[in-house]
Amino acid sequence: MTVWADVVGQPVAVATLTQAVTNPATMTHAWLFTGPPGSGRSVAARAFAAALMCPDGGCGSCRECRTALDGSHADVDVVATEGLSIKVEEARDLVTLAAHRPSVGAWRVILVEDADRLTERAADALLKALEEPAPRTVWMLCAPSVEDVIITIRSRCRQVRLRTPSAQAVAELLQRRDGIEAPMAIYAARAAQSHVGLARRLARDEHARIRRHDTITLASRIRTVGDALGAASDLSTIATEEAAAAAAERDAAERTRLMELLGADPTARTQPPQIRSQLASLDKEQKDRAKRHSRDVIDRSLTDLMSVYRDALALRLAGGVPLINEDSRPLVASVADALSSERLLRAMDAIGTARERIGANVQPLLALEAMMLELRLG
Amino acid sequence: MAPALPSAYLISGPESVLAERALAHTVHEITVAEPDAEVVRMYAAAYAPGDLGVHASPSLFGGQKVLVVHDADEGSDELIRDLVEVLPAATAGDVRLVVLHKGGPRGKRATDALRAAGARVIDAPAMKSDKDKADFAAHEFRAGGRKATSGAVQALVEAVGRDVRELAAACQQLIADTTGVIDESVVLTYHGGKVEATGFRVADAAMTGDTGEALRLLRHAIAVGVDPVPIVAVLAGQLRQLVKVGSAGRGRSAELARELGMAPWQVDKARRLLSGWSAEALGRCISAVAAADAEVKGGGRDPVYAVERAILTITTEHGAS
Repeated sequence: MTVWADVVGQPVAVATLTQAVTNPATMTHAWLFTGPPGSGRSVAARAFAAALMCPDGGCGSCRECRTALDGSHADVDVVATEGLSIKVEEARDLVTLAAHRPSVGAWRVILVEDADRLTERAADALLKALEEPAPRTVWMLCAPSVEDVIITIRSRCRQVRLRTPSAQAVAELLQRRDGIEAPMAIYAARAAQSHVGLARRLARDEHARIRRHDTITLASRIRTVGDALGAASDLSTIATEEAAAAAAERDAAERTRLMELLGADPTARTQPPQIRSQLASLDKEQKDRAKRHSRDVIDRSLTDLMSVYRDALALRLAGGVPLINEDSRPLVASVADALSSERLLRAMDAIGTARERIGANVQPLLALEAMMLELRLG
Repeated sequence: MAPALPSAYLISGPESVLAERALAHTVHEITVAEPDAEVVRMYAAAYAPGDLGVHASPSLFGGQKVLVVHDADEGSDELIRDLVEVLPAATAGDVRLVVLHKGGPRGKRATDALRAAGARVIDAPAMKSDKDKADFAAHEFRAGGRKATSGAVQALVEAVGRDVRELAAACQQLIADTTGVIDESVVLTYHGGKVEATGFRVADAAMTGDTGEALRLLRHAIAVGVDPVPIVAVLAGQLRQLVKVGSAGRGRSAELARELGMAPWQVDKARRLLSGWSAEALGRCISAVAAADAEVKGGGRDPVYAVERAILTITTEHGAS
């Protein structure tokens, strides 16, 4: 049982990283982990950090390994943003941190989980520290693809490419690590298109399965313009509600905690100005987080919806490709019957356009409406 | 002998032009009656506790004082407390108190006390509708001793009606600079070609299929500084309402409004507009507007052109099917 156990389906990357751990000549100070969402970029980076910290090169059971893997090791700093971007102030803090010597381990690891969310100014602030860090500092940046970080960062890092693991490998991980039964594990791995985190969520959360099912059945329901707009509004409402539900408890807890820290009286009707400004900035942060969450939910729904059209196309072309929605074969078949191959491609295009537009800050509802109009049957 | 002046005044309402006029008028009225009265102005933002009391206490040299308190609605708790405390002195006849309050719950204690003490209340209500503004302009011309045609008033409100202060200034300018009856041609001479267009007016014109008017208003809106982004948002909103109402079927508009989360007048308006529209055409328009939204948010080179093209699509689709 080594630290690499949870890095599924990535033999090439694991070989590169283990070699860097064992042979100092192949070690570098800046790494860029790229791979599609859910391929385990941050898992691989954490495993690498643990292997560097571990006296045995990644046994997976010593204290160093365990703390590095769960992100509580004193010399492993994990940066993950829940907002829309990583701001320049945070990047400057990282630069200061990078100049420190490690305290207990052999290395100081700074792991940026979503380097694609670095703003351009934040990325610029990191350049100098990335190029010539302190002797025992290692940077690990994760991003979906190399194009997601600016070229000056890209050129300062050694790249580790992860690929989409096979559904079988993900299912095995779910069975082994999370104790999920085989049929459920394979369904979840397929439906999540090998996205490990999503697959686990689908396997364990019935609500998530129901929502996914509701989303994919949309494909066979939209006929008129009114239906299309209704479906768009449903999708966007679900996303906002889910974001609000996920945030409500945590937001309130954070607020109470901040009030305690500031020594403010929570029962006061109006707070003094200095406390008000602190509360306002917390509010803003929470709003940003909710916005990102609702966008992520929409994006996930769109991926689910896209999978139906992809399957329908696979059926039509009879390529013998395994279906993502094997469990909903009748639905897929009905869509494949109703639409020509050309229309199916157009539908997938429309979904892709909508995702791009939402990424470019178009009102999500409007982008979804335009997309749903393209998805009408007949 | 003029009738005795009240000892306290409350000028209440958000319209600053009206409030300023009422204040100037009040101060004038008092200084005419008592030529040696001293006018002391105080502003809520710069108020130091106790100031009111200092000014309200009798002076060694006698003489009347007029205390003008601006922005009582933004006042600190001390200001409100001092106002209430100084009120008996005012009613006793030593000082006159003029309080300006823009509205809202803050400082309500003071305004209530003023009203209870029999202060003269002058209203400065907000002017929102075009009719209010037209009445205001007409009144301005009458007060200036000039005749103005209703067409002239209408044209003036169209041109500069967004801000009441600007409207008032325009009226004064016309009164001072022209002679004879003020008609539309006079207004056009001074304000010709300027229209206060908003996204809503652009959308209204586009939904009725009036290409020329919609593009003209769009140009005006851009020229007066309306951003293309909200214009696209309004277009999308209106199209969405049309589809919703169109696919909801018959029924009383009040019930439908509740069901769809719209205002009843919006339902009625959408129903009137729907006659020139088919569902398919509306769908194509929504796609065009979504593309325009992406373009105005950095996806295209020329945001104004993107909006223009969306409007052209809408007006072409209107009545096409």
